Amino acid sequence: MDELAIRLRGVVKRYGAITAVDGLDLDVPVGTCVGLLGPNGAGKSTTMRLLTAQAIADEGELEVLGYRLPEESKEARAQLGVTPQLDNLDVTLTVAQNLLVFAHLYRIGRGERHDAVERALEMAKLTDRRDTRVDKLSGGMRRRLLIARSLVHRPRLVLLDEPTVGLDPQVRQELWALIDALRSEGTTILMSTHYIEEAQRLADSVMIMSHGKAVAAGPPAELVTEHAGHQVLEVYGPPPRLAEVEADAGAAGLRTRRTGTSVSILGVDGGDGFNIDGERRPANLEDVFVLLTGEEIA
Amino acid sequence: MAAVRAQRSPKLGRLERPALTGVLVREVVNFSSYWRSATFSSTVEPTIYLLAFGFGFGSLVSTIGGYDYVQFVGTGTVATAVLFSSAFPAMFGTFVKYQFQRTYDAILAAPVDTEELVTAEALWIATRAGVYGCVPMVVSIAFGLDPRWGMLAVPFIGWIAGFGWACFGIAVAGHAKSIENFSYIVSAVLTPLFLVAGTFFPLETLPGWAQFLGNLNPLHHCVELVRHAAFGWEGWSDVASAAFLAGFGLLMWRIAIRAMTRKLVD
Repeated sequence: MDELAIRLRGVVKRYGAITAVDGLDLDVPVGTCVGLLGPNGAGKSTTMRLLTAQAIADEGELEVLGYRLPEESKEARAQLGVTPQLDNLDVTLTVAQNLLVFAHLYRIGRGERHDAVERALEMAKLTDRRDTRVDKLSGGMRRRLLIARSLVHRPRLVLLDEPTVGLDPQVRQELWALIDALRSEGTTILMSTHYIEEAQRLADSVMIMSHGKAVAAGPPAELVTEHAGHQVLEVYGPPPRLAEVEADAGAAGLRTRRTGTSVSILGVDGGDGFNIDGERRPANLEDVFVLLTGEEIA
Repeated sequence: MAAVRAQRSPKLGRLERPALTGVLVREVVNFSSYWRSATFSSTVEPTIYLLAFGFGFGSLVSTIGGYDYVQFVGTGTVATAVLFSSAFPAMFGTFVKYQFQRTYDAILAAPVDTEELVTAEALWIATRAGVYGCVPMVVSIAFGLDPRWGMLAVPFIGWIAGFGWACFGIAVAGHAKSIENFSYIVSAVLTPLFLVAGTFFPLETLPGWAQFLGNLNPLHHCVELVRHAAFGWEGWSDVASAAFLAGFGLLMWRIAIRAMTRKLVD
């Protein structure tokens, strides 16, 4: 039986009249990478804050690395690495000083501190920038440092909150390599993201959240097959034409979603007689995401 | 599936030394990058007050309550230096660190609780205040104040008062909705307390009700203690002043922790 690094049951978190997390169950097995996928405001960041006890749940059970939250959260945090969504590095300090401060905060003994900082510098590929002030680094370097900072104490579990938000594609790929390296070392990862490609590439399993609830969970490929089938037919045309196509597909019992300038008809697997001119393409996680979380952004 | 139970570490307590050390290390390392400006503002301002009042008023009033006026002000502005280097950095620093730099989010994700965070920050500011508080006294010595052994107590007096004011500043930052809110505190609380502390004129010249209020002013007790350290201790009244400052520190410490817990943990 697999062990769980994170186990949430029926977790509810309210802010006044708003229920940010609404009865969430979440399992993160040890040694896996789980992606929390959802639009802005779905409750991903609140879930992350609950896991470090920076938010206290109103209802439900939370266990992180076997510690019950919030009572034993300090013990859990000692073995947890957290990369926040917003860069909160000390910008007037050097790269190495930032890592050194966190080596202290994570209670690494005097004898091991130096090695821990060196290892983190290497992971972030910032060894030759060790004495550079953070405000002189590029955006990608800063983000690598932010991730490396959460790894100085070799945590068993890492929480990555939107690790690549707002970065260039090149930088994003760099970070994916870093996260993938971490994963192959056996570190358990919970990563929130609203980039679908990121979840598809890195996550062993994905949980799609909407309005504080889990609307689907499973390995990305299974979710795609289950909710969007194998093939998608994408039809382009002027808006009246698209509305017509939607109506036809609906009548034929097929599900559709708008893709901006086109309509995607999901699950048109095999030659099922629905013959409209369009481009066939494999179904992807984005189809599932939009289907399950709605097309409008709240 | 069962949650992980192996590799459990022993229960961690409150106000742990490693947590306090971690936060202090961060402050000390950061201080290396801004000590010049902090030292400048914390020492030059009180020195200007000392020179302006000491020599400005000093030319009209030569002695006050038996003391040379320059020396009276010189010892009094120690409390001013303590206030300026504790309450103000605590208010602005705390607000900037949670609101703009999000530093506290990172620290609280580590094994550090809000109580430890606030305590370590206040200890650090208090230590700085204890050191900076000595500057006006050193300047006064340069202008003729006789050194006394009792003056060795001044950094400790500054430390205790500075801890209370640091916690006061953190508590204010914890309640403030925006950084503009600080103007109310500065104008309505700090400025009156700063003026009615016995720094520039003795409280005895004020009406009875103002004297009574002055005795509730922690800054006044700091002024009294420093003056007595420099000119001669006065027994029980000094013990009472020290106790008052310690009480002020303890009360503000708990209020600051409460305010920041509400702010940082939702």
